[in-house]
Amino acid sequence: MNKSLHLSLFFLFLLGLQVLILNNINFLGYINPFLYIAFIFLYPLKENKFPLLFFSFMLGISIDFFSDSGGIHAFSTLFIAYTRLFFVKLYFRKIPSDYPFFKLNSESIGKVFNFVVTLTVIHHLIYFSFASFSFQNISIVLLNTLYSSIFTLILFFLGTSIFKKSK
Amino acid sequence: MQQIIYFFQKFKYFLFFLFLECIALTLTFNNLNFHKSKFVNSANSVTGIFYTTLSNSKEYLSLKSKNQSLQEENTQLKNDLERNKLFFSTDILVLDTVKYHQKYTYTEAKIINNNYSKPHNFLTINRGVNEGIVKEMAVINRKGIIGITENVSNNYTRVQSILNKNSNINARLKGNTAYFGTLKWNSIDYNTVQLHDIPRQAPLKIGDTIETGGKSTIFPEGIPIGTVSKINKRNTANSKINVTLFNDMSNLENVYVVKNLHKQEIQLLENNSNE
Repeated sequence: MNKSLHLSLFFLFLLGLQVLILNNINFLGYINPFLYIAFIFLYPLKENKFPLLFFSFMLGISIDFFSDSGGIHAFSTLFIAYTRLFFVKLYFRKIPSDYPFFKLNSESIGKVFNFVVTLTVIHHLIYFSFASFSFQNISIVLLNTLYSSIFTLILFFLGTSIFKKSK
Repeated sequence: MQQIIYFFQKFKYFLFFLFLECIALTLTFNNLNFHKSKFVNSANSVTGIFYTTLSNSKEYLSLKSKNQSLQEENTQLKNDLERNKLFFSTDILVLDTVKYHQKYTYTEAKIINNNYSKPHNFLTINRGVNEGIVKEMAVINRKGIIGITENVSNNYTRVQSILNKNSNINARLKGNTAYFGTLKWNSIDYNTVQLHDIPRQAPLKIGDTIETGGKSTIFPEGIPIGTVSKINKRNTANSKINVTLFNDMSNLENVYVVKNLHKQEIQLLENNSNE
């Protein structure tokens, strides 16, 4: 009970943070971080994938409502939510019986870095390809992906390090 | 039968994933289409209330500059009125004709959500069906054009910004020559839009003013847009001209929604002649 309450608060916190603050940063005119995907990194690992898929879809579609982007956030968020388990197996070499004890904080920083970077870049690449919706400005899509990923990653690692110490 | 159940058992996560992805894709494609976007937009009561609260609290930070801008507009309108006073005051018949020729009505509105950094940008304003706003009305402010209304709910409206790759607006050169073209945006710089299809013989100079052409039923004639900032040296038929906007699209607040009173009549006439 406590855990699900904690997760729903985290959901609302990320939604508010993204919509109220991060969508309005527009660093250098157009660079915005998408920190809300931290929900997918920090969601506990489970055998049953339905809750994660459903909640990530809901988070994406809520952000779409606020930022008038159709279903692009929902699409890209759902994609990394589905592929997350594959990358957990690839980088951390976990088997299903390890899932309840898995915590991102207790893993080595190199593995966590690889995991987070891969998922962030995939998410941002899908998001910006759909947002531009043409093959004409492929260089702009790639540049946007790069800059926004760096921004998101800096915020994510800063945030996790701050909250880790306070506990 | 058992095979099918086994198949669903094995691929249940993948099928659920595909199902949700299909929903997301449908919403994405519908959103890109001006006439189909219905479900996911910021013109609903939940996001509307959210953004209204936010913009109400942000409003106090810019009172000074807003006051200045309103004063400038007032001065401009007063000067226009003074220039036309002679015309208005000659006899009562003119006043009647003025009323008779009225073509547009203006509704004030406030922008509560503004996007300008994406390829498809939208704005949300705090007026809706209750205030008589419908689809495809022009949104302007003192300095120039802003967009076209798109999705309307009871109290809020979503506006397709001119900074949207789907936006097509009729525009012309200000002055005696009536050369016109189509205004589009290439999604790169939010201060610059592109004017397409302007004839080769049009006498263009850097710094020339571009205004709306009045060839559509949406925008009134002669609303300022911006100044020409770059002309291609080889001025071919499909060359584009860069236009720097008068408006700073990243800093907008009070706008006017323009209703064309003759729109229905014009559209009826055009549809009849097509048959």
